[in-house]
Amino acid sequence: MIKAQTLKAAFISFMLFAVFLGAWQLATLPKDSTTLAAADAEYAALMGKGAEKTDGFPPPAKVGRAFVEYLSDPFYDKGPNDKGIGIQMAHSLARVGLGFLLAVIVALPLGFLIGMSPLLFQAFNPFIQVLKPISPLAWMPLALYSLKDSSISGIFVIFICSIWPMLINTAFGVAAVRRDWINVARTLEVNPLRKAFLVILPAAAPTILTGMRISMGIAWLVIVAAEMLVGGTGIGYFVWNEWNNLALPNVIFAVVMIGVVGMGLDMIFGALQKLVTYRE
Amino acid sequence: MDNPFDPNVTLHAGCNCGHHASQAEHELAETEALNRRVIETTVMKALFPRDAERRRFLSVVGASTAWAAISSLIPFGTLEAMAQEKGALEKKDLKVGFIPITCASPLIMAEPLGFYKKEGLNVSMMKTAGWALIRDKVLNKEYDASHMLAPMPLAISMGVGSNASPTNVMTIQNINGQAITLAMKHKGNRDPKNWKGFKFAIPFEYSMHNFLLRYYLAEHGLNPDTDVQLRVVPPPEMVANLRAGNIDGFLGPDPVNQRAVFDEVGFIHVLSREIWDGHPCCSFALPTEFVKQNPNTFAALYRAILKSAAMARDPKNRSIMAEVLSPANYLNQPKAVLEQVLTGKFADGLGNVKNVPERVDYDPFPWYSMAYWILSQMKRWGYVKGDVKYKDIAEKVYLLTDAKKYMAEVGMTPPKETMKKFKVMGKEFDPAKADAYVDSFAIKKV
Repeated sequence: MIKAQTLKAAFISFMLFAVFLGAWQLATLPKDSTTLAAADAEYAALMGKGAEKTDGFPPPAKVGRAFVEYLSDPFYDKGPNDKGIGIQMAHSLARVGLGFLLAVIVALPLGFLIGMSPLLFQAFNPFIQVLKPISPLAWMPLALYSLKDSSISGIFVIFICSIWPMLINTAFGVAAVRRDWINVARTLEVNPLRKAFLVILPAAAPTILTGMRISMGIAWLVIVAAEMLVGGTGIGYFVWNEWNNLALPNVIFAVVMIGVVGMGLDMIFGALQKLVTYRE
Repeated sequence: MDNPFDPNVTLHAGCNCGHHASQAEHELAETEALNRRVIETTVMKALFPRDAERRRFLSVVGASTAWAAISSLIPFGTLEAMAQEKGALEKKDLKVGFIPITCASPLIMAEPLGFYKKEGLNVSMMKTAGWALIRDKVLNKEYDASHMLAPMPLAISMGVGSNASPTNVMTIQNINGQAITLAMKHKGNRDPKNWKGFKFAIPFEYSMHNFLLRYYLAEHGLNPDTDVQLRVVPPPEMVANLRAGNIDGFLGPDPVNQRAVFDEVGFIHVLSREIWDGHPCCSFALPTEFVKQNPNTFAALYRAILKSAAMARDPKNRSIMAEVLSPANYLNQPKAVLEQVLTGKFADGLGNVKNVPERVDYDPFPWYSMAYWILSQMKRWGYVKGDVKYKDIAEKVYLLTDAKKYMAEVGMTPPKETMKKFKVMGKEFDPAKADAYVDSFAIKKV
């Protein structure tokens, strides 16, 4: 029953994709270029007429060619400004990973602390509420100015954007642990460290992982924008570089790749979440 | 070097005199000895203006005593080290920033042509997303040297729009090579008097583009601060913005102008050489601190850049340059576009083919008068307040003396003067009367 439904869903997904491709193809059918009907052959040559050139939105076949071209050689390195998609992705993932890890190191202990003490929660709350809605990219000029290094600034921006969901969720998860369990631990005279790791952590884990999952999603959104700003390496830089050349097939390729990798990251955290979920 | 086709010359194993391992070493030793001689001669000439006195002195005390006496007063060793530019490089791995525009051609071309390598430098060319980032990365020492707009080192040195940090211009990268490009919908509206309310893009506040566009608009009676909107947009993003209708036009660098034509979103209204023929645009700049700490690397970099500029000036090389600059690692633009910019035979977007070989040129000489004009405009538009010490700033920032020296070294002929008068839209600029020049404009913001 369930299998049949999966098959049906897959079929519908496939049909949707086919319709989308068909509509795309129809919309980008080559039109007769009537603009600038310069009879002058020399002028036409200078305008790149006759030769292949970026004219309007690219048809699916052209984008497909970009896919084949980049995926067949993902790790080429032609100097500091032209590297394969694999290398660019690795740079972006490394930045996200590092920033995210730093955020975990700060957010989890702090979240625990805030969650266990209502007093601290109230004291920290105004700061969290003010800092949380700031767009991470707004930090970029400040980071560049004070950290004096563009790649560290990129990591800092990831750090600052992924810390809030984790912090809030950890605090909330810890605060929402059932009183009965803590009371039982108290009756058994469990020391505070054991209580934190053996009672509260497993109980709050699903909420904490939800926070981490949200954080990772945001971090992956932000890295692209940050790299477009700072440049150098990474998938965001790749998009920017291809935008300069108005090479839309390559931009579309990069956009799809960003989506695929983002989905992969989300699936990893989804699996982790399943792992720690418990039934009461 | 000896003629390798001369049967009497040994090329391998040892040199002519037999004292050195190879001919190259022999020649190096010879130049060193020659350098020493030149310095010693200069010092002796200075000490004894009359030759008879020098001869009498030497014959009385003896040559070796005289040398010891004089060298205790004058540090021959240091002088030699200063004169010897081929000394050990302090830093070999350099990062040089650039913006992907044709202004950067000389500093980029030096890499594929091996000019950096020949000087023993290992240079990574770093493509950068915008001028503000170039400024930050140079100030943060992420880049050792960089492609900068000609006014940027002046502004950074003065602390205008930046922390004050002494920065030097080694060479001008290019002269001319910019244009005012307008969106296709303004095809019939070529008179600047009707441009009230237009939105123009410029690459940076401290750019020739900003100052030239302001000048151009003001000459046509528009106040650039109140009548139009000037927006900072990084050059590579200008075409996309023009296509999207965010802006009505821009005074931008090439190949962006030609790319707008190529993509049929804009047309070239005027080339910047029609505003000021021979205006500087970009420069090759580096922090003063770097020059002080790495004098030999600095000299090597200078030679590489100047050789590349000399190459880029030659019209014969322009087609090949277009080909080399086109890939994604450098400018990432179609070759057809770059070729039109570099050869000066281009489509203007209105159906005409124009032939302007001097559309862009790569004269590296950093005239002080260029800095004077830039400063005068910074004063005119209120970027600097109060008195401007034209002479001090220009001479501190533009390394004209060094440029002369190294130009002579690589076989170019630098001009003798340091200033010249020139005309901007028919109005003469005399660097000696820069302040009067600023006062003479009706539209200004002082």
